[in-house]
Amino acid sequence: MTSTVRSKLRIDYSSLFLYVFLTAFGLLMLAPLVYMASTALKPVSELFLFPPRFFVVNPTLINFRDLLLVTGTSIVPFTRYVLNSLIITSGIVVGGVFISAMAAYPLAKHNMPFKKTIFDMVVAALMFSPLVLQIPQYMLISRTGLMNSYFAMILPYLAAPIGMFLMTQFLRQIPDALLEAARIDGASEWKVFRVIIMPMLKPAIATFALFSFIQAWNDPYPAMVYTTYEDMKSLPLAILTISGGAGVVARVGTFAAASFLMIIPTIIVFVVTQRMVLQTMAHSGLKE
Amino acid sequence: MISNEAAVVILKKKQATSLRSGKMSRLWSDIKRNRVSYLFLAPFLLLFSFFTIMPIVISVFLSFTYYNILQPAKFIGLSNYRLLFVDDDIFLQAVGITLKFAFITGPVGYVMAFLLAWLISQIPIKYRFFYTLCFYTPSITSAVAMSVVWVYIFAGDRKGLLNYHATKLGIIDEPYLFLQNINSIVPVIIIVSLWMSMGVGFLAFLAGLQNVPKDLYEAGSIDGVKYRWQELWYITIPSVKPQLLFGAVLQVVVSLTVFDVSVQLVGLPSPLYAGHTILVHLYDYAFIRFEMGYASAIAIVLFCMMMGLNRLIFNILGRD
Repeated sequence: MTSTVRSKLRIDYSSLFLYVFLTAFGLLMLAPLVYMASTALKPVSELFLFPPRFFVVNPTLINFRDLLLVTGTSIVPFTRYVLNSLIITSGIVVGGVFISAMAAYPLAKHNMPFKKTIFDMVVAALMFSPLVLQIPQYMLISRTGLMNSYFAMILPYLAAPIGMFLMTQFLRQIPDALLEAARIDGASEWKVFRVIIMPMLKPAIATFALFSFIQAWNDPYPAMVYTTYEDMKSLPLAILTISGGAGVVARVGTFAAASFLMIIPTIIVFVVTQRMVLQTMAHSGLKE
Repeated sequence: MISNEAAVVILKKKQATSLRSGKMSRLWSDIKRNRVSYLFLAPFLLLFSFFTIMPIVISVFLSFTYYNILQPAKFIGLSNYRLLFVDDDIFLQAVGITLKFAFITGPVGYVMAFLLAWLISQIPIKYRFFYTLCFYTPSITSAVAMSVVWVYIFAGDRKGLLNYHATKLGIIDEPYLFLQNINSIVPVIIIVSLWMSMGVGFLAFLAGLQNVPKDLYEAGSIDGVKYRWQELWYITIPSVKPQLLFGAVLQVVVSLTVFDVSVQLVGLPSPLYAGHTILVHLYDYAFIRFEMGYASAIAIVLFCMMMGLNRLIFNILGRD
């Protein structure tokens, strides 16, 4: 009797410790983000206080107004960067998801020559960063005359190995019975793909959409390398301009407001997709 | 007798060729029968070949040339590589910094992501989301956007958060230049990268851990598993091995490609090149000096480092 009580107590202690640790560590991880949000809401009188203050006392939206006004008077308004980012990101996400899903279907469910070779090639491509291919990619883009167009910033990122890998792995564990039934009913492969595969792939699509959204939304390179026009630049680059270079913060409040606006969409997309993401990532395993 | 043997040899050869041509024609008809499959694959394969495979080939070719975009490429053999490894002190320093960085953030970030995912999997499902969000969110922020926070925390004057509190506690007398002092640059970059390291791998671990069959644990407790760490070592880790391998591959790539954080926090070039990673060196030569041949050689070296390290990890973790 006493031993069971004691063991129960011990378990409670360890769970309590677990919660305390996770909560403390979690809040520590969130602290930089909280500071950013609070800075974005600080009026000028609080931005340069000494001693420095973590939380905002009199929150104001003046930084967000400044962001639109100050950058509005320069050649390219802030909203133009947002628009560019939206066009490029949605191009990469929608196009990439569609292309990867189409490629994953035969790799997971058909039996044709070179299937394994192609899949191995995609896995090998997971093992290095596309950043090492910047130079030839830049040359290909400039030779094909795509410079300074949205295509230049979208096309190189469409065939993402991670998307194809996740979707193929996810499709493999889906039973073939439904596909067979549809084929017996005389459905074409295209119809099978559209009517059966796409709906079943939904969790994997959401997951890849999340990853590719984050990647594309945060990546300053395409706009840095593939365009020389100011009005084609994207949000991360615009934020660089506001910040005034490394280690320097010219307009802290405005910068924080812009950064805050940039991070919010990624968090929203994750909150929306998280359940499906975990469902998909369970099939992400690699085997020799 | 001899002619007989020769005839047998000829016959065998004929059979072999007909067998081979039969194989080829069977393969061809296989391919033709499956043309729909290839049509589905076509868009991906076309883009993949054009933007991934072809660039690898071009990079290898360019790395043997002197090429500055304006003049045509000139073949110079192994000069670029010789220059890299013998004369370019900054490159060697960059390799050192990158490796130092990779051998700390790589394993630490990896173990941290796995342990946190494991701890989260110990609590009831309804509370998990909050913690997942806490740990995952930092990895989806952009280094560019977050620099506003880091510059404040590590600022070199008394207004910096770290300096302010350290002075108040009496640890230091005068502000420490975290972002300018060559001794603190790498540690600062490591801390920021660790903060951002709970990414895709973390989610893969979390998902893998959620799906470890419950009866394995029951069987384990019958076999004498008492403590949580025993459960972790003997049951959990073996069952999430595929996810562990996937996470390791991504971790290698991430920890060898530090660029944003370094350039945002300490600039390009950083003070005395103390934050100069291989990728920063590559960017410097490619898009500032436009020495594409030399930069390609740097890219090939980095590419080989990533592939080599990942092969090694595959050999260690991939065994069953």
